[in-house]
Amino acid sequence: MRRKVIFGNKLLPYLLLAPQLIVTAIFFFWPAAEAIRYSFLRQDAFGISVMFVGLENFQDLFADERYLQVVWNTIWFSFWVTVLSMGVALLLAVLADRHIRGRDTYRTLLIWPYAIAPAIAAVLYIFLFHPSLGLLGRALNGFGVPWDYRLNGDQAMLVVILAAAWKQVSYNFLFFLAGLQSIPKSVLEAAAIDGASPSRRFWTVIFPLLSPTTFFLLVINITSAVFDTFGIIDALTGGGPGNATQTMIYRAYVDGRVNLDLGSSAAQSVVLMIAVMALTLVQFRFIERRVHY
Amino acid sequence: MATLNIQGVTKAFGPTHVLHGINLDVADGEMIVIVGASGCGKSTLLRIVAGLETASTGNVVIAGRNVTALEPAERDVAMVFQNYALYPHMSVFDNMAYGLKIRGLPKDQIAKRVQEAANLLGIGALLERRPRQLSGGQRQRVAMGRAIVREPKLFLFDEPLSNLDAKLRVQMRAEIRRLQKRLGVTSLFVTHDQVEAMTLGDRLVVMHAGHAAQIATPMEIWARPADTYVASFIGSPAMNLFPATLEEGGHAARLDTNGLVLPFHDGPRPGPAGRKLTIGVRPEHLTPGQGGLELQVELVEPLGGESVIHARLEDGTEVTAKLPGSSYSDGRLDVIIPLHTLHVFDGETGKRLEAGG
Amino acid sequence: MSQAQPAIAAPVPLAAEAPRRRRFLGADLTTHVILLLGVVLFALPIWIVLMGSTHDAATIGRGEVPLLPGSEGWNNYATAWSEGNTRRASVPVSTMMFNSAVMALLITVGKLAISITSAYAVAFFSFPGRMLCFWAIFITLMLPVEVRIFPTFQVVSDLGMVNTYQGLIIPLIASATATLLFRQFFLTIPDELVEAAKMDGAGPMRFFKDIVLPLSATNIAALFVILFVYGWNQYLWPLLVTTSTDVETIVIGIVKMLGAEADTEWNIVMATTVLALLPPVAVVILMQRWFVKGLTETEK
Repeated sequence: MRRKVIFGNKLLPYLLLAPQLIVTAIFFFWPAAEAIRYSFLRQDAFGISVMFVGLENFQDLFADERYLQVVWNTIWFSFWVTVLSMGVALLLAVLADRHIRGRDTYRTLLIWPYAIAPAIAAVLYIFLFHPSLGLLGRALNGFGVPWDYRLNGDQAMLVVILAAAWKQVSYNFLFFLAGLQSIPKSVLEAAAIDGASPSRRFWTVIFPLLSPTTFFLLVINITSAVFDTFGIIDALTGGGPGNATQTMIYRAYVDGRVNLDLGSSAAQSVVLMIAVMALTLVQFRFIERRVHY
Repeated sequence: MATLNIQGVTKAFGPTHVLHGINLDVADGEMIVIVGASGCGKSTLLRIVAGLETASTGNVVIAGRNVTALEPAERDVAMVFQNYALYPHMSVFDNMAYGLKIRGLPKDQIAKRVQEAANLLGIGALLERRPRQLSGGQRQRVAMGRAIVREPKLFLFDEPLSNLDAKLRVQMRAEIRRLQKRLGVTSLFVTHDQVEAMTLGDRLVVMHAGHAAQIATPMEIWARPADTYVASFIGSPAMNLFPATLEEGGHAARLDTNGLVLPFHDGPRPGPAGRKLTIGVRPEHLTPGQGGLELQVELVEPLGGESVIHARLEDGTEVTAKLPGSSYSDGRLDVIIPLHTLHVFDGETGKRLEAGG
Repeated sequence: MSQAQPAIAAPVPLAAEAPRRRRFLGADLTTHVILLLGVVLFALPIWIVLMGSTHDAATIGRGEVPLLPGSEGWNNYATAWSEGNTRRASVPVSTMMFNSAVMALLITVGKLAISITSAYAVAFFSFPGRMLCFWAIFITLMLPVEVRIFPTFQVVSDLGMVNTYQGLIIPLIASATATLLFRQFFLTIPDELVEAAKMDGAGPMRFFKDIVLPLSATNIAALFVILFVYGWNQYLWPLLVTTSTDVETIVIGIVKMLGAEADTEWNIVMATTVLALLPPVAVVILMQRWFVKGLTETEK
């Protein structure tokens, strides 16, 4: 789709586009190309010589059991963050969509966590789950449950999942609420007249009509769980204990920043790029009809 | 105040030819209505005059100046759009003043002109409102006001009444005509509504498939349509058209449907016997009586003082008649065709055939 | 007579409605309870931090987790604001807040500015390479900073922009999302409006300034919220390009304060956390109306 009426100037559109294109070229395309180039190179330990190693970085990566563990961590983490945050958000949105008193107040009180940075969410969760400082951490230990997410990998994973899901709920809540509000009331009334019970109405009418929203959120949530949770993990567990909570982004950062293994880090970047492209393409196929070019 | 000359204007979008060479000379202060079905090219012609589209070939001359290559803003024309195209975030005053501001008129002059135009249109009290706070008729007036304050050489109207309800449309139609006469500004008015065209225009341009089928006064077009398209497009209900053949000597036509022979009262038409003709009769010219057409009435639409009757001939040909009174019912009805009301067209080209030609 | 009429008619609807009413009341009550639980779920972590920030370090260190306000609030916030973490040479929170504000605002304004102009170019002009430019911008959706961390850092460092505001801000300033949203909105501006402006004599820049910008106000407001939150909450990128404390942002600052646990002044961390939360939360709540509209329309 394009508009019929346009301005005829020749130079002006390029000037208008220039800032965006220049930034995009220097800070997006150039680094992406560099990542691809580095992923085929290997530096010696002293950083003096560089040689072309073909796909060796990738082979090493997928032969490394620890990296496979990191990939599995990422999948496990993303799955639970998505399921938890979407489930809670859907429940709250369905309830907040009912005609009850204080609807707008509830909405306000449920959306503000959107503003909280992942790293700050992590700090908040320390004060909930820290074994000796946190409200729940202390309570658990008090009840005789040995709780220390700094030593127990499963507990660490649980805490980062909870923190990431908690932060994501309000975003999902907003979209579910918008989706619910766009369902025509006449459809619901028709279902009610047909004698469907409230829960039947939800599963046979509302939920199917929400499926575009649900699918959209599914992709967005997976993407955000994979890519936007660096701060949560860094502040809460630093990827530990061991590498129990290391995700792919975190590992790419550690290998580049701490281990200075640029070849491997670049190869990981390329793997991530492919992942994000796949996710975006899935999403794009879905929004195609909405976003016209 | 200016003349307008459209000289051999054509327009093609890629392989699609929208206009096939339009010529039109508009006198100073004249109101020309361009009328036609959708897709006939009437809006494209108007937009070419406005400068919003460029003609593929041909020239547009306003007040003796060739403006073909100029931007819309440089042509000194103003336009009223179908959906009014008011700036939604500006007050009525600012909407009307915007063009003047861009042209750098002094503030006090802008205020004076806007106030005058607003008073003329009866929207003087609305100047502080936003477009969304106005009714359809008021928006229409603001759009007019925006054109008037510019004091342009030419007014262009692109179906400005089609978004109004029926009653308001009639009222605004009269108002536009009054204003245009009072201001004496040369105007082009595009519409698909033939009633609007008949009542508004000094002359009409009936467009059909990218051609100007006829350019003439409304009464001329009604009385002597140039071809079968114009004949059926102008007038309501549409003219009845019957296939017929020319009789020996060219003095009469014989209807194909029932063999009825209709002598021409004004003289013979040229051509050999058996030449294909189309005979046109307006529904309001049919009168009850024996010896003409035998109608099988299917539907009667009473309009009060008169009735529109939808009927068929024996062979299924549809006929519409508009007859006085309301005492009609389904069944048989005989009508005659008064001979002086006949329109004769060539059966193949559809062109009007005059007597003696 | 008119009085008697309802008295006769009333019992019928009442009898029919009474049980339904009660069921609705019950359902409403459940709704309120679950929603309140949701609100508490969100509010509890903040409440703990807010209350903790008004106690002294020892109380928190003992793990008392106070749920009621204490008396040290003023001291804690004053210390954090002017000194930061006192046990280690650290930056005052005021400096970090300033850095965060500069970064968030410049990222927001920069993204808005270059996105609205590029969307305007793509939507209102026809020029060779138009689709190529559009796709070049669109494809950046697929290259978030997280997946090209080190090469981007390399470029920034080659340009000498490490530890500068430019280095913090400019690489984050391209925005496919904002460009797409603006473009979508521009396509809804009717052709006639452009034509009317042309007839009025407005050129492209005049049309942009007088018509397009004012009409985009709601979209700009919505994006302001989204982008401000995005800018303020940046973590990985500032972590990479700032090693000097001069340009340290508050999100980074807090995580650094956590450092070695034994050495952490928890009350100061809590006060700092509250301060770090305030600006983006305030922006979201104060501009809620536009934000909700913008968020749900942007990304769909």
